Amino acid sequence: MTSPPIAVESLCKHFGNVQAVDDVSFSVKKGEILGLLGPNGAGKTTIIHMLLGLVLPTSGSARLFGEEVAFARQKLLGRVNFSSAYVALPSNLTVRENLLVFARMYSVRRPERRIDELLERFEIGQLAHRVSGSLSSGQQARLSLCKSLLNEPEILFLDEPTSGLDPDIADKVRRTLREIQRERGLAMIYTSHNMPEVELMCDRIIFLSRGTIVMEGTTSELLERAQQASLEEVFIKVARDGQIRDVASEPSPSGDQA
Amino acid sequence: MNTYDRWLRISAVIYRYLYLYRRSVTRAGEIVFWPVMDLLVWGFLTLYLRELSVSNAILFLIGSLIFWDFLYRSQQATTVAFIEEMWSKNLLNIFLSPISVWEYILGTCLLGLMKSLFTAVLLAALAWFCYAFNILAVGPMLIPFVLSLLLFGWALAMFTMALMLRFGQAAEALVWGIPFLVQPFSAVFYPVDVLPVGLRVIAYLLPSTYVFEGMRAILINGETSWSLLLIAFALNAVYLAAGAAFFAWMFRLVREKGYLSRLGME
Repeated sequence: MTSPPIAVESLCKHFGNVQAVDDVSFSVKKGEILGLLGPNGAGKTTIIHMLLGLVLPTSGSARLFGEEVAFARQKLLGRVNFSSAYVALPSNLTVRENLLVFARMYSVRRPERRIDELLERFEIGQLAHRVSGSLSSGQQARLSLCKSLLNEPEILFLDEPTSGLDPDIADKVRRTLREIQRERGLAMIYTSHNMPEVELMCDRIIFLSRGTIVMEGTTSELLERAQQASLEEVFIKVARDGQIRDVASEPSPSGDQA
Repeated sequence: MNTYDRWLRISAVIYRYLYLYRRSVTRAGEIVFWPVMDLLVWGFLTLYLRELSVSNAILFLIGSLIFWDFLYRSQQATTVAFIEEMWSKNLLNIFLSPISVWEYILGTCLLGLMKSLFTAVLLAALAWFCYAFNILAVGPMLIPFVLSLLLFGWALAMFTMALMLRFGQAAEALVWGIPFLVQPFSAVFYPVDVLPVGLRVIAYLLPSTYVFEGMRAILINGETSWSLLLIAFALNAVYLAAGAAFFAWMFRLVREKGYLSRLGME
């Protein structure tokens, strides 16, 4: 049996007395988009960073393609990529120069054609010779996505990829990402505070609060189990109460688990 | 991971700056401007002192300056590249790519070597043209001396980068400060004997001291001291190993404490 692209088991991370991630387990299948949701400080970024080897787990395991990230980080990072609204590319290089530099870092042979394709796909081909610092936030976000697809990754980590984009561009970006994801069967972990976007993009969602998983399922499963009308309401409930009444986990009147 | 892949990743670090220098006159100028200014100031000072009938030996000041600049550039080019990634919030992109920290450090060190060599050749030519000082008078020892300074610059850079990893931009003053911390004890512009006895102990713990002492010995009486060179290389090996161990320890620490993720978004 082949291992899932992403597998997390009993993952814990303490920062001093703070329990940032507490006994979290989940996996992501090939071609699946998992939404990691939760209020600020819920542990989303810490989990992603443990999966990328930036943060070492206190206990438990974070595996990519069946290999422990902490032991095979460099090898695994060649097969994944990452884009975040909070991480920039050097503002004093042009769009093309930035992509050429990262193509080298990912050992992409003859990167010019790949770069042209990605720039066209994200509709920023005309900006190839512009200095990145002079781009709008929407253009920079698309450049960051181009970088994240340079090595044709099998897993993509996207941290609020459409943050700061106008609705038109955000919609185009989502469509492009969905297309690429379907074409290649990419596994993705997606974080966003835009709930309608999460509904559109994610096949499955995990709600985190104070480092633990409070709910997991598809959008419709979550709405039904939380008895809320929208993901936004589920999110608010989790953020304010730190947990949510999950009817699926409550004993049924007959005493059986639903 | 084959050697070509490794080279591609290391060269990415170099290209990242070559692209920048190709387009930015001010950034490229920085490689030339400060060393040339230094050379002019010290060179004219030397000429003035010569008019005052001080020995011609003071011309060694120019040799010392060129050598010092080589050490300074080799440390600085490496650490400035690192801090620049912090400023541009690009550090996470780098550490999340398959480039290993050692490949990254090697890339920045090679960039430092290119910048140092370029500056050294320029200064040597200017010193010959303006002050009739021939750095080649040092003879074949020139290459090992320069190599020794380069290695010490890299070792200092590893300590500096390790501290920047741990303390973030709060430690950025170290980028410019650390070379000047070792300068007074390295006998750059004066012999070790000038230092008080207590400070000589520190001087003899620095590989740079042996290079500057060795250079003066050659220029004064043509005497080549292999033992000085040997001690310099032995000390460099110790400093490089200690710098690498310190960096590896800090890298592990920041991954345990979660500082690395914060650093990339600071």
